[in-house]
Amino acid sequence: MSKNLKEKIAFWIFRILSLGVLLILFWILEFIFVRGWHMLSWDFLTKMPEDGMTKGGIYPAIIGTLYLVAGSMIVAFPLGVMAGIYIHEYTLDSFFKRFIKLMTNNLAGIPSIVFGLFGMALFVNTMKFGDSIIAGSLTLGLLALPVVIRVTEEALIAIDDSFRHGSYALGATKLQTVRKVILPMAMPNIITGLILSIGRVSGETAPILFTVAAYFLPKLPTSLFDQVMALPYHLYVISTSGTKVAESRDMAYGTALVLVLFVLILNLLANALRKYLGNKVKMN
Amino acid sequence: MNKIETKNLNLYYGTFHALKGITMSVKANTVTALIGPSGCGKSTYLRLFNRMNDLIPGVKIEGDVLLDEKDIYNNKGMRIDELRKKVGMVFQKPNPFPKSIFENVAYGLRVNGMNHASFVEERVETSLKQAALWDEVKDKLKKSAFALSGGQQQRLCIARALAIEPSVLLMDEPASALDPISTAKIEDLIYELKNKYTIIIVTHNMQQAGRVSDKTAFFYLGDLIEYNDTNIIFTNPTDPNTQSYVTGRFG
Ligand SMILES: Nc1ncnc2c1ncn2[C@@H]1O[C@H](COP(=O)(O)OP(=O)(O)OP(=O)(O)O)[C@@H](O)[C@H]1O
Ligand SMILES: [Mg+2]
Repeated sequence: MSKNLKEKIAFWIFRILSLGVLLILFWILEFIFVRGWHMLSWDFLTKMPEDGMTKGGIYPAIIGTLYLVAGSMIVAFPLGVMAGIYIHEYTLDSFFKRFIKLMTNNLAGIPSIVFGLFGMALFVNTMKFGDSIIAGSLTLGLLALPVVIRVTEEALIAIDDSFRHGSYALGATKLQTVRKVILPMAMPNIITGLILSIGRVSGETAPILFTVAAYFLPKLPTSLFDQVMALPYHLYVISTSGTKVAESRDMAYGTALVLVLFVLILNLLANALRKYLGNKVKMN
Repeated sequence: MNKIETKNLNLYYGTFHALKGITMSVKANTVTALIGPSGCGKSTYLRLFNRMNDLIPGVKIEGDVLLDEKDIYNNKGMRIDELRKKVGMVFQKPNPFPKSIFENVAYGLRVNGMNHASFVEERVETSLKQAALWDEVKDKLKKSAFALSGGQQQRLCIARALAIEPSVLLMDEPASALDPISTAKIEDLIYELKNKYTIIIVTHNMQQAGRVSDKTAFFYLGDLIEYNDTNIIFTNPTDPNTQSYVTGRFG
């Protein structure tokens, strides 16, 4: 077989496989859109569930997920970015640094149900937050932490040392260098990492199962110590464990579609933000 | 009085002996060129004076480095950021920050606590004029520094270093990435700046060393082989190695 022919065959194998992946993705989206689209209405998004969650809307689950996403980001973003900065800017390549990196990677590999159990033990029981937004946000925040740390680190690695040296040579301290030069440059990439972790957090069921999620709550939360409904758990409940699973079918697809749209819209928003920040960094 | 000076200075990267017992002194308001083949320790020597070598893990330094006759390494009263305010540096590759032209020059002022708006504006303008860049950028100070050409970026980096009014300026092959016209501009600039600053410049360009410097130091494999007035180094050096290097018949 000629080299050229091999090259061609390899090219087509890669191309077909990548197209296959795309196809599967579109298939999933199509599946959800076709079954869920007719459910989408203003009422569906803004009304409480009715009739044993077979009718009405999913408003409280949407609100609950928004709170949890926001809460977990408030936890994971500052902690993760600071940890990433510490690892990359402040530790020399030492045993300690490699140890932290290893542990971060391990943390990323822990199944989310384990985070759920840990969150229940620590935040719900030991710290006595009960099933609450705060316990759920902390648990989800921990789950997102390794992603944020790693993305921060990678964003910092991508910045050439000549920028750091230029800053030090002008008498800037390490903190000033990080704050005024390095972090603004890294921010667009860190934001990308945030997108990834928001996607992960908003779709997680296991970590919120024992820490915050309510099966059904006919009212909105009024404090950080209230339980909330959340989209992924709501979806799980109405499609498996309710008494009227068959009657809830449409509600389930509607909920799934909202969850998917939620993540898509967040991604688009964050992408726009990233582009905007990227331009701003160059100008300032 | 010597502006800067090293006495029996040894530097090691781990076990590698990169500078071997260098004793050398530089008078104020002079230009000193450091020349020698690649890897002989010129950049390493230059980085001693603003302690940039401290950023490299595993560096060990023995001997004395003096600025204005005061030791800058074993000196509790000397903070590194204070030192770097006095000893500015221009790097081989232009490295402006991803900020506006104005903010690039203002950066050194701001990090050193000089934030007063009119003062900053005035200093930015003066520095850009000193670096012979003002006329080219005065209408686009708010534009990104990345939009400048390589030669303009390098002059911006010089302006940035001048803004905090150091007394010593270290330049590590500042024109090696530039075209002949930008290079000529930077050489003119060095000549101008000599009035106010003590300049040490690393260069591989013998003509450049001849044109801009008062004194020249020839390094070879971590040793300072010969240090003398530039015209003597170029016309009548003592060491045969210096002779063959400056005449381009080396190695
Ligand atoms: N960070 C480092 N770690 C280990 N060794 C280094 C390091 N930096 C430089 N060296 C070594 O020290 C010696 C001197 O390097 P230096 O960069 O000072 O040379 P130079 O004269 O500036 O060369 P060039 O003309 O190529 O810039 C070289 O042998 C180099 O390999
Ligand atoms: Mg060098």
